[in-house]
Amino acid sequence: MTFQHYRQEVLALTMRWVRRLSREKFSMLFTLVQPMLFWLIFFGSLFQRAANIQILDAPNYMSFLAGGVVVMTVLNNGLAGGVDLLFDKENGFLERMMSTPIHRSSVILSRYLFVMAITGMQILVILSIAFVFGVRLETGLPGIAVILAIGMLFGVGLTAISMGIAFSVKSHGDFFSLLGFLSLPMIFLSSALVPLSAMPGWMQVVAMVNPMTWVIDAVRPLIITGWDAAIPQVALAFVILAVFDAVCLYGGAKAFRRAIG
Amino acid sequence: MDPAIVIDVAHLGKTFGSVTAIEDVSFTVHAGEIFGLLGPNGAGKSTTLRILITVLPPSSGTATVLGHDVLTEADTVRSLIGYVPQERAVDRFLTGREHLELLGGLYHLSRTETNARIDELLKLVNLEEHADRVAKTYSGGMKRKLDIACGLLPHPKIVFLDEPTLGLDVQSRLRIWDYIRQLREQGITIVMTTNYLEEADQLCDRLAIIDGGTIRVIGSPLELKTGLGGDSLSLTIKDHETEKLPRLREGVMALPLVRDVRINPTGLDVLVESPEKSLSAVIEVAQRLDCSLDGIEYHRPRLDDVFVAHTGHGLRGGTPDAAEE
Ligand SMILES: Nc1ncnc2c1ncn2[C@@H]1O[C@H](COP(=O)(O)OP(=O)(O)O)[C@@H](O)[C@H]1O
Ligand SMILES: [Mg+2]
Repeated sequence: MTFQHYRQEVLALTMRWVRRLSREKFSMLFTLVQPMLFWLIFFGSLFQRAANIQILDAPNYMSFLAGGVVVMTVLNNGLAGGVDLLFDKENGFLERMMSTPIHRSSVILSRYLFVMAITGMQILVILSIAFVFGVRLETGLPGIAVILAIGMLFGVGLTAISMGIAFSVKSHGDFFSLLGFLSLPMIFLSSALVPLSAMPGWMQVVAMVNPMTWVIDAVRPLIITGWDAAIPQVALAFVILAVFDAVCLYGGAKAFRRAIG
Repeated sequence: MDPAIVIDVAHLGKTFGSVTAIEDVSFTVHAGEIFGLLGPNGAGKSTTLRILITVLPPSSGTATVLGHDVLTEADTVRSLIGYVPQERAVDRFLTGREHLELLGGLYHLSRTETNARIDELLKLVNLEEHADRVAKTYSGGMKRKLDIACGLLPHPKIVFLDEPTLGLDVQSRLRIWDYIRQLREQGITIVMTTNYLEEADQLCDRLAIIDGGTIRVIGSPLELKTGLGGDSLSLTIKDHETEKLPRLREGVMALPLVRDVRINPTGLDVLVESPEKSLSAVIEVAQRLDCSLDGIEYHRPRLDDVFVAHTGHGLRGGTPDAAEE
């Protein structure tokens, strides 16, 4: 296998996801973009008054929430990223791809690249909308680049989890139940919606072992505080994500090998 | 290795947990022939094929394709074969042409090579007009044609087809038989599975009857039929007298020229040495036992008879119903 072949495979496979999306514009708009903007705009406005600015340590609730919503987007897209491969597995398309002389990883890489490209665009949309609502990024454009980098890194592990589940479950019904079971606690038991200091003690403990929390705590100061506060948090997040990704990739690869042989 | 042997399967076995899908399967496929695996649902046909196309590792035994081991040289095998899966493995959101373009990338063909090949294949399977429509608008037969075009895209030396005509209407089936024969004319070796007796009989140069995960017999349809020795008579008995069948069977069995007798739902299948001589004797026995016959039919051995003789039961689905889609 040469690098050129590998690139050709990954490109052809990624192209497939892009073409599929272009046939499903409508569903993309409503399933992916809309719910996250909903969180940002409605919850941001709704809880503006209820939220105690002192505890939030932010100019307003929406600027506090923006970081959470960005990471939630990564979470949802990452965890749902494997589902298309599950459908491929169920209808035999995966088998057809596996009967061709491709490197086994190129299917997975293509999926990751596609999901992350979409996620990156959504993050930009969310930050633009937040900007319209008055959220000013303290770290400016370089801050956006760092946010994207953190998101992509978090996405590696999440996509691996998603594909691991896709290759392990019996049906897509199981996949979606498991997904719901995973994603809601990951959101609520993290600093996405409220800071840890506002949580009951046991919740703080759980939220501390949730990688979501560390990712959000790195993204949030990039938005509301500035570089000085953000840099140590970002460094810490990179270390945690390296471990998280390694574990998820290991598990995902195992599930993949068991399913594909 | 004998150059005429392109696939060599030896003592292949596959278990899924406690389920044994296939056991001790051995056969060889010769260059340029249409080789069929004939068996009912669950016989182990797809499992055997999946091992050969390297997407399923065997639990025991070995298989080589064009001299390359399916486990240790999987990548080489993959680059030499084409595969048409049993399911309609199409992406509903892609057009026919996009399917073929995707596969062109996966087989590492150049852009010009892919496009030339696509034109050629769309013509072969008569999909030119529909090439730029998304696959969800295709009929079952069109999806099957696209499947076949996909399997042929890489100029394979061997094509594996899993139940290529399952659930298709008669016209589509005949057309697909036609493609398969054209491929053989181009020197491509075909390995296919089927649970239609007629298809195996008409299309395959050699076939293996597989049932319950093991191979029962291998040979050309003609060899298998003559191997049974003799011709057969089918007696149809009047509806209300079927309870007399066991006695009639014994009576017929006792005749000198009769080799075997089986009871079927409407009467008896009798395997005889010489139909001219045995016919009158059989009718005589029926009269003596007071059985009234609705009809009696004589035929040269059919593949149905071969199947029953080697598996002990009939093969449902011998006459396919209309399309499932
Ligand atoms: N992935 C699998 N897991 C468990 N059992 C399987 C699997 N694939 C096939 N089998 C079992 O193996 C047997 C043979 O199946 P298969 O090869 O698909 O038969 P055929 O193609 O002749 O209909 C069946 O009993 C089937 O249930
Ligand atoms: Mg099958």
